[in-house]
Amino acid sequence: MPIITSSKTQPEYDVAIVGSGAGGGQMAFTLTLGGLKCVMLEAGRNYDPVTETPMFQTKAQGPLQASRTEDKPFGFYDATVDGGWQVPNEPYTQASDKPEEQFGWWRARMLGGRTNHWGRISLRNGPYDFKPKSRDGLGFDWPISYEDVADYYTKVEMLIGVYGTNTGRENTPSSPDGVLLPPPKGRASELVTQKYAKKVGVPVVPIHRAVLTKPLDCQNIPAKLHPGNAWAQKIVGDSMLQRAACFWATECGRGCSIRANYQSTTVHLPPALATGNLDIVPNAHVREITLGPDGKANGVLYIDKTTGQEARIKAKAVVLAASSGETVRILLNSKSNAFPDGLANRSGLVGKYLMDTIGTGVSGQVPLLENVPPHNEDGAGGSHFYAPWWLYGEQKAGRMDFPRGYHIEMGGSRGMPGGSNPLPDDLGRGAYGRKFKEEARRYYGSFVGYSCRGEMIPNEDCFCDLDPTVKDKWGIPVLRFHWKWADHELKQVQHAQRTFVSMIEAMGGTVRSRLESDPLKYIENGGKIIHEVGGALMGETAEKSVCNQWNQTWDVKNLFLCDGTPFPSNADKNPTLTIMALAWRAGDHILEQARQGNL
Amino acid sequence: MTTAAALSAGAAVDLPSVSYGQVKAGAAKPYGTDPDLQKVYRPGDLWSLTFDARQIKTAGALADVILPADDLGPAASTLGVVDMLDEWVSAPYDTQQKDRPVILDGLVWIDAESRKRFQKDFADLPESGKTAICDAICDPAKAVKEFRTAARFFSKFRALCAGAYYATPDGWKALGYVGNVALASFDGPPPEVLAQLGVEQTVV
Repeated sequence: MPIITSSKTQPEYDVAIVGSGAGGGQMAFTLTLGGLKCVMLEAGRNYDPVTETPMFQTKAQGPLQASRTEDKPFGFYDATVDGGWQVPNEPYTQASDKPEEQFGWWRARMLGGRTNHWGRISLRNGPYDFKPKSRDGLGFDWPISYEDVADYYTKVEMLIGVYGTNTGRENTPSSPDGVLLPPPKGRASELVTQKYAKKVGVPVVPIHRAVLTKPLDCQNIPAKLHPGNAWAQKIVGDSMLQRAACFWATECGRGCSIRANYQSTTVHLPPALATGNLDIVPNAHVREITLGPDGKANGVLYIDKTTGQEARIKAKAVVLAASSGETVRILLNSKSNAFPDGLANRSGLVGKYLMDTIGTGVSGQVPLLENVPPHNEDGAGGSHFYAPWWLYGEQKAGRMDFPRGYHIEMGGSRGMPGGSNPLPDDLGRGAYGRKFKEEARRYYGSFVGYSCRGEMIPNEDCFCDLDPTVKDKWGIPVLRFHWKWADHELKQVQHAQRTFVSMIEAMGGTVRSRLESDPLKYIENGGKIIHEVGGALMGETAEKSVCNQWNQTWDVKNLFLCDGTPFPSNADKNPTLTIMALAWRAGDHILEQARQGNL
Repeated sequence: MTTAAALSAGAAVDLPSVSYGQVKAGAAKPYGTDPDLQKVYRPGDLWSLTFDARQIKTAGALADVILPADDLGPAASTLGVVDMLDEWVSAPYDTQQKDRPVILDGLVWIDAESRKRFQKDFADLPESGKTAICDAICDPAKAVKEFRTAARFFSKFRALCAGAYYATPDGWKALGYVGNVALASFDGPPPEVLAQLGVEQTVV
């Protein structure tokens, strides 16, 4: 089965999957290889990284030297199609007009969604991250523990390919031997950071990213992923053979035509399509989930954006994997007599406890990194090193003024220039001519930046609901975001800022960011890190949560939420790997239910 | 997004935060949210350009004073920098629309200043004349009051020229960027770099 239009859909499917990113892609992979007939609805257009990725284009070959614009907020060559903080025809609103209470909602309208441009940072949640409330009394515990998910993390890592090392650090789980791909060598700025950060107690280690540093073992991995299923093994092995190892050039954010990094469109969807069990309908803007007289979901109502007409899909089960925001929007718009406040919302908790990752950053300039002999540092198209949260002991001893932690991401390579001035005026001191070129060369590669990626605590002030008046182009009510940082988050960014200053100073460098004293001025707005999770939390009871441990809504048994919505907490670890692991786990649960005839 | 992406390309200063707003309606048409990323674009392909012959001449002369031909690389005007500047000031986006009057007014000013002092357009001055004018405006921190606006122009013009110049393979060479080629392996910094930095490769 192929990529089709709304007029070509089958009369009924086993499962309708809304969204084609990490959660939807994984679910389609798991279910179709398990033999279920699925249809996937994607709000954006079809997209093929193999033919569309600008792999070697120089910045001079793009408009405005590929600089960021309102149309392409991450730069011209960013893979995102029809996306950004604003999407044409699909507005959203803010409950407050205060600058620090804004939530920026990044969407991508393309097959594969945000997996096409993401940073590929793939960190496992640790044991603490599933039981945060038990440790510090804040937020919510998950109804599952690390052990429930560990094998699925391993399976996802084997399927998508993740480079990195096992560091043995606290709450930073190791993968089984042989699962991780070799980490790339450290770059100059990363090695210098590693050496000097140690002096201020910050451990810098190889990061985990979903990029193939060598070809996947297509002889053995498929049998581990699909034991006893030769048909599935063949399909998965063939798909793995289509993926080349990284050739150490071009940024991952552009996408990857050789399929060396993970995007749903190169890793999850090709084998799912090869099963013959998947139809994909692009340009399908979902309005609501429909409910049968038996109280079960029986399909999806959507707008075919190519015609503007409404269309319906019938299915025995529905998976929402549209992103936290979209999943909440669809649930709240799916009103019926049985669910006057939105589908699966008897608890009244749909839309509540929206979270993002806490972000802030400090940049600096390091004389040690000046005048370094030119050499190739393109590497794996993203970070090679990071610093996992390192102060669990201090926290346990009660010496920290905020709960939870952050990891540090770093930038500073000799990346492809263009579109920005390499020699700021304060360093150039009026240089032009030969002097300018010499000074630009001297400073190139000597700028570093460190970013906090931290855990916020879910709170009552961060949620989304339907705007009472604003509707999108098709007359569908849109989301309204409510956002307020708590003291926890502000304390954390203050700590991060101090840490980054001390790191830069330990390297003998100078801080270049303007250091504000008010943390509300330097904490990134909600949504800015694009790690939105929560909105339909999983928990132990139907009264206090929306989903159970299988991502299955308590109120509607055949409705599963397989994006970030069920996350009861948002560990500092980037959420994508966990979304995939939970989707695979939920997919296995759906397959088991199907085998028992419960669909 | 990753920090690496945000800090790519040796971005020396904090990147401007892009507003959440949408593109303003203007004369030139934005390229939209789904442009062809494979195509090689030339200035003028997406929106019509602004510079007339005189502006091209003045901008080229000034760009070549800032980024002249030398052993590090060719002169700015030979690498299409003036066309890229023209594309920039003609673009429909907020950042570029703000830069437009700074550049256009600055080009008028520098010719006027040149005629006032040397009775010739800037492009027709000998090097000594060009330098005399540039020295007064090249450092915004030191420019005297009457030259402050001109210094802001020079600073913006220099930054835009550099952003364009170093976007080209010749510019990469001038700056010391090596890359954008497929490699069989990534070996990290070579031994002489590690030695200069006093670090060891920690990934074996």
